[in-house]
Amino acid sequence: MEIRALTAIQLGEKIKQHELTAVDAVRYYLDRIAALEPVYHALITVEPEMALQHAAKVQQRIDAGVLTGPLAGIPLVLKDNLCVDGMRTTCGSKMLEHFTTAYTAGAVQNLEKAGAVILGKANMDEFAMGSTTETSYYGATKNPYDQERVAGGSSGGSCAAVALGECAFALGSDTGGSIRQPASHCGVVGMKPTYGTVSRYGLVAYASSLDQIGPVTDNVADCAVVLEAITSYDPKDSTSIKRDDTDFASALINDVRGMRIGIPRDYLADGIDNEIKEAILAAAELYRSLGACIEEFDLGLAEYAIPAYYVIASAEASSNLARFDGVKYGYRTGDYGGLHPMYKKTRSEGFGEEVKRRIMLGSFALSSGYYDAYYLKALQTRTMIKKAFDQAFEKYDLILGPTAPTTAPRLGESLMDPIKMYLRDIYTISANLAGLPAMSIPCGMSGDGLPIGLQLIGNCFEEKKMIRAAYTFEQTFGAAKPAPAMTETTMKEVNPA
Amino acid sequence: MNRKYMTVIGLEVHVELATKTKIFCGCSTQFGSAANTHTCPVCTGMPGSLPVLNKQVVEYAAAVGLATNCTITQYSQFDRKNYFYPDNPQGYQISQLYSPICRNGRVEIETENGKKDVRIHEIHMEEDAGKLIHDEREDTSLVDYNRSGVPLIEIVSEPDMRNAEEVIAYLEKLRLIIRYLGASDCKLQEGSMRADVNLSVCDAGSARFGTRTEMKNLNSFKAITRAIEGERARQIALIESGNKVIQETRRWDDHKEYSYAMRSKEDAQDYRYFPEPDLVPLIISNEWLDEIRAKQPELRDEKRIRYQEEYDLPDYDIDIITGSKHMADLFEATTAICHSPKKVSNWLMGETLRLLKEYEEDPEDIRFSPENLAKLIQLTDQNVINSTIAKEIFEVMYTEDIDPEKYAADHNLTTVSDTDALRTVIERVIADNSQSVTDYRNGKERAIGFLVGQTMKAMQGKADPGTVSRLLRELL
Repeated sequence: MEIRALTAIQLGEKIKQHELTAVDAVRYYLDRIAALEPVYHALITVEPEMALQHAAKVQQRIDAGVLTGPLAGIPLVLKDNLCVDGMRTTCGSKMLEHFTTAYTAGAVQNLEKAGAVILGKANMDEFAMGSTTETSYYGATKNPYDQERVAGGSSGGSCAAVALGECAFALGSDTGGSIRQPASHCGVVGMKPTYGTVSRYGLVAYASSLDQIGPVTDNVADCAVVLEAITSYDPKDSTSIKRDDTDFASALINDVRGMRIGIPRDYLADGIDNEIKEAILAAAELYRSLGACIEEFDLGLAEYAIPAYYVIASAEASSNLARFDGVKYGYRTGDYGGLHPMYKKTRSEGFGEEVKRRIMLGSFALSSGYYDAYYLKALQTRTMIKKAFDQAFEKYDLILGPTAPTTAPRLGESLMDPIKMYLRDIYTISANLAGLPAMSIPCGMSGDGLPIGLQLIGNCFEEKKMIRAAYTFEQTFGAAKPAPAMTETTMKEVNPA
Repeated sequence: MNRKYMTVIGLEVHVELATKTKIFCGCSTQFGSAANTHTCPVCTGMPGSLPVLNKQVVEYAAAVGLATNCTITQYSQFDRKNYFYPDNPQGYQISQLYSPICRNGRVEIETENGKKDVRIHEIHMEEDAGKLIHDEREDTSLVDYNRSGVPLIEIVSEPDMRNAEEVIAYLEKLRLIIRYLGASDCKLQEGSMRADVNLSVCDAGSARFGTRTEMKNLNSFKAITRAIEGERARQIALIESGNKVIQETRRWDDHKEYSYAMRSKEDAQDYRYFPEPDLVPLIISNEWLDEIRAKQPELRDEKRIRYQEEYDLPDYDIDIITGSKHMADLFEATTAICHSPKKVSNWLMGETLRLLKEYEEDPEDIRFSPENLAKLIQLTDQNVINSTIAKEIFEVMYTEDIDPEKYAADHNLTTVSDTDALRTVIERVIADNSQSVTDYRNGKERAIGFLVGQTMKAMQGKADPGTVSRLLRELL
């Protein structure tokens, strides 16, 4: 059976109907991983034995009628900044190359309860800092549609793995677009839920006030089901929110009639590739044809989002990453005389360039004499951005726009000019600053065969509207979506037998 | 001409709160356990772990604020203080800089020069650090995170104190209040109360204070007094020799009675404080604040007034009894059983204070129960035991909290009330001490005392001296 052709939900149904077992599904994906990884490098750690054993146990519980949910027996990968008891968590860094965590993240516990099976950990930009997965200490992930190009980032490994069919779905984390942007580059569905919806306990923090875990899936229905599974109030995360509207799958309705959708004019202005602009306008037209009310408007403040984001995120990161000091766990330099040289050498050697750049930027922004000018200003900007969105959501149910201004860049291109790389986050960052839910869905291909992502941004706690609109788009547009055939060709190349 | 100087002192007092669990995780705060046994991902700074605020810490901090006349900040937040040190597992301490929970308080102190107010600038909550242990033989350092995350409050006074006496009065007052609230045991030696002294000198009467230093590592009231006197003298000597006092942190060595500079203002670290993003703002609603207020116990000043009205006791007794919440509770509970406040007070003022001094203990350490003290008083009242025996039993009660009735019975200490048996013994005493008998009969009243003593000795103390005296007189 070609499992890859199934959605995660369909796979779950087949397992429950005993057409195949969880162990079969795990074997299938492990085979694909073995074949594809040497080329694409979407994963940092694969745990075949752990996964097979777990799958066998899950199958017993499915057979016993204990596990009945849609994700029972479904194989997945986790971004490597999510902790699992007894599994290595590297965060894409040399600093944590040999670090095994002793507890399991809240969101992962929820998946384990649902019977999902972890295959391994996905590649990512070091400590989620980067937009291409090239800052990973373990090497860059290649784009499933073009091996010369990046998968996007920082959840590039998670998105590539889903696009390549190395797993049925994945979890990523999104601080400034880290799920949505690689999802758009890899042609998959990625969602950042409302801040506080998914527990951050066990997610290695990059920027605490912006980080949120979310699903990476092949399609919108899977996205809704995975989101429903990982969402829960967690008393271990003080920023976790109690919600009673988490039956996200109930929003899988093919109907957008009467929905008011706004397109920020600034999102289609300078700096966007023409092909992407056309794809977004075509998507808007499709929504209009399906009965939605489409309108362009001025959101404003877009140019302030990036500086505000990089000040806040770097400030929090400079503090969050202070714990990696060589004292308790992780990398420690080999040769040092005394405590301070140990700190300096450990951190100089253990962190990569981009991480060090942001730690320095953040430390500077927080230092006395500069705090008011940078950090406080950034917080004020953040409040203003939130207000601008509040006003927009008085008029619109959803905001529609591109996920990224370009398709996936070539490998090596982005790190030469970090500022240019930062500017590519322009459409995704605001949702994090304002705590809003947002998702990226595939909406076409560029002339050179690269996926383009459509971004939907919802008001706080309105994931359901977003899911409904995304599902409707997918149902109508789906047939026109080209199959990512390249991966199958590659598989034959890699594994000719 | 001799210049006259004024010493200006402000205190930063850290108090470890008596919560069962740590401030941001569920680990025990128990003192003295094996290293790193009360730890979890949160208090060891594991990646991905998050803090969750312990409500009891807020209640204790607010209670201390209310008892020291502070304004409670109903919308406050936590901030991160960033610095690298191995005892600090996350690389930052969670504290409160921008909006501490309590502000603008004051406590009244009393010294020989009368009463005065010491203003409190703020009280904030924070977490304690772990403990470093240096192994000099192995030339390594080890770290124990059991103390990491133990809740602290820091009480920052205004520079309102002028000498060591006022500082000690202020600390004693704080300690008394906090112990009354049950928020901490405030033991300086064990580190559950730590005071840093900020001190400067200037010309007497000057409105502009001098440059201050901060003195750390003060583990007793005596050390604090010596450090204040030492630092005042050091600063005056600097000024008189034409030098300047440098703003710096100094460490007091109480054995050498000398302090040395730890770091100057120039090398002071930039802590890069910013609001802790992992915790939501702390909102203390009116209802919650009312609840905390309603739970406030009767504090010493109120208790003193009530005792004066309710019990017929000398002011001296009242001062001592109310000087410790534990002793006051014991007094009230015992009096409620035996209804003899003066007798209860006598036991506390006399034997209890004597034994506390002898064992070098603190009133908070008293172990005997009100039930047993009340019973001892009743046994004496009913002449079941005499006062000498009662004191003997009390000594045992003080260390082991035994039941005095059972103890007296088990050890055969009850007074012999059988007058026939007593009479037989007295007759023998009279026969054996003819000289004293003669003396008594010749009008030497003192001789009766000797005979009573002999009888008590023969009775091994188990007789009522009054009864013995009466019977002696009869028989003579």
